[in-house]
Amino acid sequence: MKLREKRIVTLVAAFAFAFGVYPVANAMHIMEGYLPAEYCIVWGIICLPFLVIGYFSIKKTVLQNRKSITLIAMVGAYIFIISSLKIPSVTGSCSHMTGTGLGAILFGPTAVSILGLIVLIFQAILLAHGGLTTLGANTFSMAIAGPLVSYGMYILCKKVKANKRVGIFLAASIGDLFTYCVTSFQLAVAYPSDNGGIAASFLKFLGVFAPTQIPLAIIEGILTVVIMIMLESYATSELIDIGYMKGEINNVKVK
Amino acid sequence: MSKLNKKTIIVLLLIVAVIAMVPLFTLKGAEFGGSDDAGSQAISEITGTDYQPWFTPVLETWIGGKLPGEVESLMFSLQTGLGAGVLFFFLGRYVERNKWQKKMRNKEEESPDSMN
Repeated sequence: MKLREKRIVTLVAAFAFAFGVYPVANAMHIMEGYLPAEYCIVWGIICLPFLVIGYFSIKKTVLQNRKSITLIAMVGAYIFIISSLKIPSVTGSCSHMTGTGLGAILFGPTAVSILGLIVLIFQAILLAHGGLTTLGANTFSMAIAGPLVSYGMYILCKKVKANKRVGIFLAASIGDLFTYCVTSFQLAVAYPSDNGGIAASFLKFLGVFAPTQIPLAIIEGILTVVIMIMLESYATSELIDIGYMKGEINNVKVK
Repeated sequence: MSKLNKKTIIVLLLIVAVIAMVPLFTLKGAEFGGSDDAGSQAISEITGTDYQPWFTPVLETWIGGKLPGEVESLMFSLQTGLGAGVLFFFLGRYVERNKWQKKMRNKEEESPDSMN
């Protein structure tokens, strides 16, 4: 990161810290109008530093190698597809996946925040799904918190030298699940239960989202592995360019 | 793509299809509403009152009513279509490129002298 970029990030982070912390009490997609205004603003502000870092991260990737813009588009398109598929689940209700794991693995967690934001805006405006007022909260859960966990999981699996496909699977599915944990948390903070407070209502919301989401998280993990197999077979040189296949170049037949 | 990878992909996609379809067959009569809706029900239960959203989606404000279910599914398919279009357009290009590169390599190996 360049000095100027660092300054901007610090500035925005300080801003977020100053404004984001004050309500001690404080999202799937939280629906339009379902989050009190102050929480909408707070979550929005918390997202800002991540989005700024994400913007610079994408810019850096593209500057280093213009060809990687194709992969970025593909990762964004993958989020588009995956987050539009509503799938029936064991609880008798439908939910959809996030699709952000792939991007987090390839480009790091912050770059995905921009791509996720684009999808969420599309859904909020054209599909009346999610919402503009809850955009901040939804961006934080789906495009920031989920990918961060995915990325961490992927790195962890790499450290313990787990099978790479298992690593990708775990990263994508646990990131997906975590997104819904964050959503539950966001709702719980906004709507603490009369008896039991935030914790009780967190468990309640989690009880609504988690069982529905577990099978979907597994599906997301599997689909991400499938896409990665395809990319590894056909886009090897692009993956090497963005540093994904670091340390394995010896295994790849470079002819 | 190696044969093993192809097999893996087919098996994985079959698993996905099974996971996605099984609830449809086992939970007969279930509504399969969105879990977003279940979320808003939970809010109502916690607050004790019927929760009134304080903001309606802009699209519903523009068209002055609820987005019809069919139109909503149209929009969702549009999203899927856009994503699938972009993703598989580029993937197709990569596949072609690989084929083409392989051909070039084979040619070079066959007649290394004819290049000069």
